[in-house]
Amino acid sequence: MRDLLRHPTGLAGAILLAVVLLAALFGSFLAPHDPQLFHPATRLQGPSASFWLGTDQFGRDLFSRILNGARTTVAFGVSATLLGVGFGAMIGITAGVVGGWIDSLIMRLVDGLLAVPDLLFTLLIVTVLGGGAGHALLAVAVAFTPGMARISRSAVLSVRTREFVQAAVARGESRAYIIGAEVLPNALGPLIVEATIRVSFAIMLGATLGFLGLGAQPPSTEWGLMIAEARQYMFRNPWCVAAPGAAIAIAALGFNLFGDALRDLIDPRGRR
Amino acid sequence: MNAGYLARRLLSVLVVLWIVSATVFGITQILPGNAAVMILGEYATPDQLKALELQLGLDRPWWAQYLSWIQGILSGDWGISMRLSVPVSALIAEAFWRSLALAAAALVAVTLIAIPMGVVAAMKRGTWGDLVISLFAYLGTCVPEFVTATILLVFLAAPERQFFPAGGYTPPGESLPGFLYHMVLPALTLCLILTAHIARQVRSEMSDVLASDYIRAARLKGLSEFTVIRRHALRNAMAPAVAVISLDIGYLLGGIIVVEEVFAWPGLGRLMIYALQNRDLPVIQATTLVLAGVYALSNLISDIVIAALDPRVRYA
Repeated sequence: MRDLLRHPTGLAGAILLAVVLLAALFGSFLAPHDPQLFHPATRLQGPSASFWLGTDQFGRDLFSRILNGARTTVAFGVSATLLGVGFGAMIGITAGVVGGWIDSLIMRLVDGLLAVPDLLFTLLIVTVLGGGAGHALLAVAVAFTPGMARISRSAVLSVRTREFVQAAVARGESRAYIIGAEVLPNALGPLIVEATIRVSFAIMLGATLGFLGLGAQPPSTEWGLMIAEARQYMFRNPWCVAAPGAAIAIAALGFNLFGDALRDLIDPRGRR
Repeated sequence: MNAGYLARRLLSVLVVLWIVSATVFGITQILPGNAAVMILGEYATPDQLKALELQLGLDRPWWAQYLSWIQGILSGDWGISMRLSVPVSALIAEAFWRSLALAAAALVAVTLIAIPMGVVAAMKRGTWGDLVISLFAYLGTCVPEFVTATILLVFLAAPERQFFPAGGYTPPGESLPGFLYHMVLPALTLCLILTAHIARQVRSEMSDVLASDYIRAARLKGLSEFTVIRRHALRNAMAPAVAVISLDIGYLLGGIIVVEEVFAWPGLGRLMIYALQNRDLPVIQATTLVLAGVYALSNLISDIVIAALDPRVRYA
């Protein structure tokens, strides 16, 4: 951990991440105003002493809304990624461990699915499921699955031929033991790195879906949705769109920088 | 590059396309809430559903439906849009060229900006110019397209400034300057994001190459810095960069969907969002297939370019 903080990217990532996580955990207590309360007399105001980031088209306090939305956004990104990693790891590890034609079949399918860009894939799934935050979450998770399957499979393959796994096979350990106790812990590193970076993509995808009206629904304080709702008024008060936009960028940047630093730490050569 | 390699890659593109077609078909037809429900909505009566299912042939087994659908796609009959009552192929053809123009403009601009940027960052590694470029690159990967687009709109299309139109489209046949004028902001949005990504990649590849022994050898031979960079370093750094650019076409395709929507550019992305919002099934299927096909093809082309740039690559 100390090595991570000595790294300039790691430090920057950790700071941003800490801010975002604090906002996600305590944002609703710290918010100076009720995020849903209308202040009709002070609509579309710029930043002031009582409204730190200004107000939106209904006079709602932007700062409070952003603090409130942090939890939705972070929870969305983390749980979508965790679900995707879970699905993907199950598929990838199965493929890597079983091998043979099952492996080839699964990986051909995964390659085919990877040929559909993330956003396109997510949009398709949302169409089938219908919009809404829960469905958007599931869609992002499913869209992440093929990529995570590929990564966990290659992690498993790189571990599989190592001596300690062969030793376990020679000792006559059961397959479940070998996977659970020997392969998985050693294949975990790349998975964690990839997952951390993916959280930032999940946050951006979630915001994009919210923006397109296919994710969180009003009066949610989801940041993408905030931008979509304020778009008509953006020329009258740019803060309506700039503030949530910056919030999305900070959250995504935090996870991305932190993940990059983690990668450098685990594999100094593998920096891309 | 030999014919066998090409044939193998071409075959794999076909396999990928087949899988995508099966996925698109599967997602839109087999999952709960079949086409009839998607069209009529949740509140349709069972009789209405039954009638539409018969009309669409949804009562047949799924493989028969898939076969007739694929047959239609292959023979150019892409169905009729359910909302617009126009042949889907006509809609796609029109939208495709508009999207292609936008994507091409963005891609050309990106290549011209990002590669020199990355090279400079790698050569001046550790200076604050490098820092600015790296920072810009990080920001570019962490700001979603719709945010960039909205911010650009606020700065460049606000009513009191109006440097560029806030959205819309003029056919090039009607007025070429108008066409280009409308293209600036959407292309710029795509460009900003891709530049960030590609410059970062070129920088990292270039720094590796510049630290290698053959570059030291070329410098020791007394070649000028320009020759070292252009003849020796750039060529070796380009193959991975091309790989990234081709991956970025995936980003570009995703980005174009959002950007077209924000700027009301009537291309494939906007058509797709329209179809999604209106549950226009044949249009959803066609736009997805076309976008995935373009992506698969661009991957193929980039593999060929990489093989041509780097004789070591043969991908057995």
